[in-house]
Amino acid sequence: MYPRAFDYVAPETKQEVLDILAERGGEVKVLAGGQSLIPMMKLRFASPGTLVDINRLSGLDSIDIQNGHLRVQALARHSDVVRSDVVAAENDAMASAAPWIADPLVRNLGTLCGSVAHHDPEGDWASVMLACDAEVVAESRDGGERVIPIAGFLVDMFTTSLQPTELVTEVRVPRYRRGGGNYQKLERKIGDYATVGVATHLELDDAGSISNAGIALTSVYAHNLKVTDAEQALVGNAPSVELFAEAARIAAAACDPTSDVRGSAEYKRDVVRVFTERGLTASLAAAQG
Amino acid sequence: MEITISVNGTDNTVDVEPRMLLVDVLRTRLGLTGTHIGCDTTSCGVCTVLLDGTPVKSCTLFAVQADGRAVKTVEGLKQNGDLHPIQAAFKEAHGLQCGYCTPAMMLVGSVLIEENPDPSEDDIRWAISGNLCRCTGYINIVKAIRLAAETVAASS
Repeated sequence: MYPRAFDYVAPETKQEVLDILAERGGEVKVLAGGQSLIPMMKLRFASPGTLVDINRLSGLDSIDIQNGHLRVQALARHSDVVRSDVVAAENDAMASAAPWIADPLVRNLGTLCGSVAHHDPEGDWASVMLACDAEVVAESRDGGERVIPIAGFLVDMFTTSLQPTELVTEVRVPRYRRGGGNYQKLERKIGDYATVGVATHLELDDAGSISNAGIALTSVYAHNLKVTDAEQALVGNAPSVELFAEAARIAAAACDPTSDVRGSAEYKRDVVRVFTERGLTASLAAAQG
Repeated sequence: MEITISVNGTDNTVDVEPRMLLVDVLRTRLGLTGTHIGCDTTSCGVCTVLLDGTPVKSCTLFAVQADGRAVKTVEGLKQNGDLHPIQAAFKEAHGLQCGYCTPAMMLVGSVLIEENPDPSEDDIRWAISGNLCRCTGYINIVKAIRLAAETVAASS
């Protein structure tokens, strides 16, 4: 299968990329890992006039700590996240999700930033980022740097608030002092979309009560769904089996899965409940560990 | 666009449209038909090649992206005319039935045993989890990769 013909440019500096985006705007797609974009181009769901390959840029593949955040830059691959000691030490939800992104071959090219910017409603990273209150950093030639909270970045399926002139340069999550997280994913086989995915994140205060909570769901709504009501039910309370069951009940009620080859709506809704309980339990264990 | 790709240690300069996929340049322009096309939708992994030593799906990479980079295909596995230990092990352990997935399985296996000289069955199954064998001959594929690791360990 072949995409429609396009202009291909592979600049070596970020400034050149930003210039092209400023000048050609909406007809341009940025190529990072390409593991979602190239299949879409081959199916001709996407037909950009110009493809800007950013893989020749240097200094854009770090995963590190910057200004109180764990930062993942635009060219860090999923496999880099899997192998990252910084991620393992800093963010349980990301560390737990990374090995379940796509398959090993796709993980070698695909990027976390690209996955978030693509916003496939069945993508795993967007849920993890919603649970962890991530921010997306975008740059443009004329607008400089813009920091966008993840909830405002993800607008709807395959739709974000990124402007056509902007380049996503990093996705970052706040560091936490005492906390833990988890990602539960049910898939039919490695590389398939999630039947159900649940990202959870908990932070505890000195007394052991929940000071911050994140719950977000994959593949059971029209887009990745942050379950704010369930999060609010947790915050301010001491963690308990009953409390987690209540949050799980709220999450199951909030989702709106469709029946398909991966399972019935009723089944998926119950998996959301079970995974939310399991995820919160695992998050608490990580926070207390 | 004129691009130069090092394939199995030899520089190849070809003139390609940007939309041409790496797998098609390898097969139709360079005649290296050991890299197969299966699903053509980033699912099956039979088009796996090593890009600067890393296994990737060559149906999901434009050839222009490989300009100036090194690609290794199954044709590049043998060393000084002898079978690579992974090839010898697939032969010995009957690691193939129809053979369609075999080049990809061997390339992935060769990288695994370099990175992890003593892989467990789980390690091997995890490493090949992006590669489908529709004969479902996984048991012998796993055995072959394990045998290759043992062969390399015994000879070093």
